[in-house]
Amino acid sequence: MEKQDNKLKLRIFKNNALYVAICVLSGLTAIPLVAILGEVLVKGWEQLGWSFITEATPNAYKAMMAMSNGEPVPGGIANGIVGTFLMLTLASILAIPIGILCGICLSEYRGNWFATTVSYLTDLLQGTPSIIIGIITYIWVVVPMKGYSAFAGSVALFIMMLPLIIRSTEETMKILPETLKEAGLGLGGSYWRVMLKVMLPASFGSIFTGILLAISRVVGETAPLMFTALGGAAISWNMAKPMSAVPLLIWEFFNDPNLQSLIWGASLFLLTFVLCLNLLAKRIAKKWKI
Amino acid sequence: MQDKIFRILLILSAIIVPIIGGGIIFSLTIDSSEAFGHFGFWHFVFSDDWVTTAGKESYGALPFITGTLLTTALALLMCIPFSLPVALFTGEYFRGKKIATILSTITDLLAGIPSIIYGLWGFYALRPVFMYLNLSPHGSGILTAAFVLAIMIVPYAASLSSEFIKMVPAELKEGAYGLGATRAEVIRRVIFPTAGSGIFSAYILAIGRALGETMTVTMLIGNTNQMPETLRTTGNTMASIIANQFGEADGLKLSSLIAIGLLLFLITAIINMIGKILIKRAGTFKK
Repeated sequence: MEKQDNKLKLRIFKNNALYVAICVLSGLTAIPLVAILGEVLVKGWEQLGWSFITEATPNAYKAMMAMSNGEPVPGGIANGIVGTFLMLTLASILAIPIGILCGICLSEYRGNWFATTVSYLTDLLQGTPSIIIGIITYIWVVVPMKGYSAFAGSVALFIMMLPLIIRSTEETMKILPETLKEAGLGLGGSYWRVMLKVMLPASFGSIFTGILLAISRVVGETAPLMFTALGGAAISWNMAKPMSAVPLLIWEFFNDPNLQSLIWGASLFLLTFVLCLNLLAKRIAKKWKI
Repeated sequence: MQDKIFRILLILSAIIVPIIGGGIIFSLTIDSSEAFGHFGFWHFVFSDDWVTTAGKESYGALPFITGTLLTTALALLMCIPFSLPVALFTGEYFRGKKIATILSTITDLLAGIPSIIYGLWGFYALRPVFMYLNLSPHGSGILTAAFVLAIMIVPYAASLSSEFIKMVPAELKEGAYGLGATRAEVIRRVIFPTAGSGIFSAYILAIGRALGETMTVTMLIGNTNQMPETLRTTGNTMASIIANQFGEADGLKLSSLIAIGLLLFLITAIINMIGKILIKRAGTFKK
């Protein structure tokens, strides 16, 4: 009897120990998020200001002088913000319509060998390391155009965004009830009208979420831009010329002691943007759930 | 008529994916042929030379393949003790509760942080700690890179595993509870065996992500082109050598870097493919 009691006690102890261990270890997972947010916030907030978003990166000498006088680093990251905005806009203009159409195609022709192949390749593209996308855009765009350009950066971001948008569209279209389409067709709507005026609006919420998540994933990408957009110190609106981007700025100057506080400011800017986009996407996904 | 145009538009937009996918393989193969032709495929893969002196150029991928595999394996080892509890926390213990939503939001946000910021954080916040603990002489190296990589892949492994844990049929668990099993025993004897293949596939996909991670590793691994001897030494991964040297490379070196890119692409493609197939199997098995 005694022995059996002990065995039971051991089992209960093990059970409780696992419970505690799981709670503790899960709690520990939150530490990196808090640590990163805290670090970026503490080191980056004092840079934020009007000049931070309207002026270009200062040169190292100016930054050094300011540092030695104990002043905050002059200038800002406007060149990066403009670059990120322009490249992301062009990439979105290309990726959103193509991705949505392709997603519709995959869900409409599911089971077909062509759709299955494309679906597999979408997975492949989604899993491709971003540095490879950088290399491939270098080969496809930078070499023939004989120079780095913001356009090449957009192409790289486009290739990164495309599979994400295809996936989210395809998944959404697949869960829409077949009856919705049949009702539309039964009312005499032509196929393309039903697809674009009934099916697409019905799945708008989650496709929109997918687009937001795709943008938030791509906006912080550095590797595909390193050998395509290259970067630049001045604010530039010319898509045929090299251009900077916020993550590129961080990469370029992260090791420069003079520009450190600027880099933390840029990180804070980027992080806030990405996390807000993420939370917004979550909100919308919840609200527009099919 | 308009329907026809619309259908053609659909097909045309879908054709872009095979064009890009095939194009990647085609272009990488063409542009790496110079390096493979010059050194021979197997010699290139198993050589640890990295001599850039003009005339005596000799390149090999072995140190970088080793670096990639080492950081990934280490990251996986360090990630499991955290991702598995998180998966059980959100998928079993507190399933559907508010606290589970909070934790999964936290891990989602962790997944959303750009890799360059992980790198920056690792460089300025973590490196001094590693130096202080004497884990690595300069703070950067394989261990540091793997540690941050582990944090980065926890969300991926955890959220997918949690989905599979949620899919375990309630009747199975109830049966075990009815027989007097404790929760720990249900997890070990019922949940892990049934959700095991799904959880396994989640980790395969996490590996796929860790293999290709570029910026974080480039900022933290120290960037030396030799075979890593211990975990405390610096090294380079396939992604980080490309990130570091592609910009100023030309000729044979450029081709060698593209060849490393091709190898990296193939490795991640195979790993991801295995992961997807396993997930599909695990998903259909349940029903």
